[in-house]
Amino acid sequence: MKRSAMVVLLLVLGLAAGSCGSSDDVITVYSGRTSNLIGPLLQAFVDHTGIDVEVRYGQSADLALLIDQEGDRSPADVFISQSPGAVGFLAGKGRLRPIGDEVLSLVPDTFRNVDGLWVGISGRVRVIVYNRDLVDPSELPRTVFELTDKRFRGRVAVAPPNGSFQDFVTAMRETHGDEATLAWLEGLVENDARTYANNTSIVQAVGRGDVPMGLVNHYYNFRAKAEDPGVASENYYFPDRDIGSLMIVTAIGVLDTTDNPELADRLVKFMLREEAQLFYSEKTFEYPLAAGVAPSSVLPPLSSIGVATYDFDRLGGGLERTKELIDESGLEDS
Amino acid sequence: MKAGSRTPEETASAVARRQRHHPAFLFAVGLVGILFLFPIGYLAWGTLSLGGDFWGTVASSRTLKPLRNSLLIATSIAASCMVLGTTLAWLVARTDLPGRRFWRVVLPLPLVIPSFVGATAMLAAFGQGGLVPFLPRIEGFWGAFIVLTLLSYPYVYLPVVARLSTTVPTLEEAARLLGSRPRRTLIRVVVPQIRETVAAGTMLVFLYGLSDFGGVALMRYDTITRAIFSARLFDRATSLTLGLVLAALALIVAAIERAATPDRRLGKGIGKEQVRYPLHRSAAPAATLAAGVVGLALLAPVSVFLLWVIRGSTTVGVGYSGIGDSLDFLLLPVLNSAVASVTAGVCAVAVTLPVAYSVARRRNLLSNSAAAAVTSVFALPGLVVALAVVFWAIQAPGVLAVLYQTFPLLVLAYVLHFGAQSMRASQAAIADVPRRYGDAARTLGIGARRRFFRIDLPLVMPGLVTGGGLVLLSTLKELPATLLLAPIGFETLATTIWNAAEDGFFAEVGIASLVLILLSGILTWVFVLRRELKV
Repeated sequence: MKRSAMVVLLLVLGLAAGSCGSSDDVITVYSGRTSNLIGPLLQAFVDHTGIDVEVRYGQSADLALLIDQEGDRSPADVFISQSPGAVGFLAGKGRLRPIGDEVLSLVPDTFRNVDGLWVGISGRVRVIVYNRDLVDPSELPRTVFELTDKRFRGRVAVAPPNGSFQDFVTAMRETHGDEATLAWLEGLVENDARTYANNTSIVQAVGRGDVPMGLVNHYYNFRAKAEDPGVASENYYFPDRDIGSLMIVTAIGVLDTTDNPELADRLVKFMLREEAQLFYSEKTFEYPLAAGVAPSSVLPPLSSIGVATYDFDRLGGGLERTKELIDESGLEDS
Repeated sequence: MKAGSRTPEETASAVARRQRHHPAFLFAVGLVGILFLFPIGYLAWGTLSLGGDFWGTVASSRTLKPLRNSLLIATSIAASCMVLGTTLAWLVARTDLPGRRFWRVVLPLPLVIPSFVGATAMLAAFGQGGLVPFLPRIEGFWGAFIVLTLLSYPYVYLPVVARLSTTVPTLEEAARLLGSRPRRTLIRVVVPQIRETVAAGTMLVFLYGLSDFGGVALMRYDTITRAIFSARLFDRATSLTLGLVLAALALIVAAIERAATPDRRLGKGIGKEQVRYPLHRSAAPAATLAAGVVGLALLAPVSVFLLWVIRGSTTVGVGYSGIGDSLDFLLLPVLNSAVASVTAGVCAVAVTLPVAYSVARRRNLLSNSAAAAVTSVFALPGLVVALAVVFWAIQAPGVLAVLYQTFPLLVLAYVLHFGAQSMRASQAAIADVPRRYGDAARTLGIGARRRFFRIDLPLVMPGLVTGGGLVLLSTLKELPATLLLAPIGFETLATTIWNAAEDGFFAEVGIASLVLILLSGILTWVFVLRRELKV
């Protein structure tokens, strides 16, 4: 007993000592993208520049809260977010510093903040994922607004706590107005839409046939097929730039409290280089955003699906209101 | 206790109760109590400073429905785990159940499966498109009920097994010699002896039921934790206020349970062979029950994990791709998980021991309040506890500031969150030590400290070890505090599983979960079961 206690104590001291001490050439990243979706790129950055990167992974919203609570003492230099909502939250709190123009200009201006506080690094498209055994493609809706029709009663899954869903609702508010958005949300409730915890669980449920279709981001089904090629779930993109096929970006921003803004900018720039953009497209089935890099051949080209784009600048501040509307509709507690 | 009918032992204990605690001891109890008030302090401060409307939020229909659901699921799983955990403990510890040693090792393990993984695996295991298509896929209340029961019964099972190994065998032998049938002996002699321990475990299940987020969310059952999570970024006042509601609820329930617990002591038997009851014709159904529980709670998820691993993943170069791929990426997480969970287990027992001791021995306002504070934290979702620790640590002055996002602070977060588990297990064990030993030692002029180390500690060791074991298993699956507060780059098996699950890397979830279950089996054997059996 005593010996094992000593071993534990030594290990604790070792770990405590190991966690102290830092060098100047280190960037601390708080990443809402999980390690499989960003780790190899961060390692490539280390190999390429010799600059050390330390990463803390977590849910984008939790990390944004953490940075907010850490205030001046935040160890983070860079924040990577799964969706514009969390990075917009920090921008709204004045916690991000502008990124250099030559980096910003690599990305079309619809996919970055107007003040240069954050920039999109990859894109996901909102889609319907449907079970091909339960749904005939011809009966799929032309627009997301049709999902409140009687013929979809009890057949649609949504994930209201999910950041992408909330970003999408915000975009719908901006393009169609609060009234139409609330009516749509209430229509979903009346139409017995099934609520799920997140995108992955919707894709799983659709694949098994628990529910015929659901609103998710496109790349989850590519993941599902990578794990189980025979799964019956398929993506459907709304035509004619419908808001249902909104392009949502994952974003990167530099913290106002960083003591290494130059290194942080280099990391941001690295995320927009060709090799990084190829990584998103080939390995994570996302849409590259930086000019000149084509999406993977397994992804439908953006020109053929005509996705809606949206100036995400307006998203951050608008999310409080989006949350209110979702609450008011009762979608989450239905 | 009726006046005028006191046995000598009761009179002696009444005298002992009137005796004052040592001031240093009282100080320690108070200190621990204050430490565990910090999470509530954070919630209260946040509610006030952000202008949260406590009563308005509580009374809102948007709160009441999920709150009712939270209470319903917590109460239901507390009841089911009480019955299931106690029955299994009885079968393993006190009957001739075939394969007892095997059941003893595997029955605690479901506690280590994170509820979001357990729920995902359950949904994949049963029903159309699942591994076992002829059984129904159950969601909603019953889905959450089944999953949380299967993952939480060890909160009752583990302490009760420990308790059943230390009850006084002479009482049961006497009852049987006097012609009492086994069932009557069980009800009249054994049940009173384990009641306190069963209540302690049941309380833990109830609190866990309030705090769970992943399991209920994936089963699509709407509880108050969903409301806390979904409001956390853009409606923080509501989020924090709801956290406060949950903590207040835990305090109320802890007080009720405190008041309802009878203040009575029954002795422990040490170093004696326990009475074992032959099952006879019940052996087959009893073994079926144990097999059924292990089949559903362990074998079903393990089969799903294996399927995910065998199926593999075709995305080359990202994530674990299945059988044949290197497992090196799990080495550090395994080591980190082991060190963190064992450290947290030992520290939680040590930190909560003064409170457990004072509540079990000489109850007063201070010890009751400290115990309530410790209890309340376990009802909070892990994220709330983690953010509370961040909140206080980030404004810590001077020297303490360097502790932020270091291993000691991470362990403190684990201790804060799971301290209730070790405290309740220790408390039940201490309460069961007969006072007459201490009284005898006192008359021989032995000091309080020596009495504690020479008499109480050896007797309560199984209880302490069990409490530490519960904390160990809880820490192995802990997520929010590890993600936010660990030293940067400190990956555990739980964070590895989460990282993979978040984006649907199921082969990786599968392999990491299998390793997690294996590791927890080894750790509970080395640190808990082996030590328990010695006593």
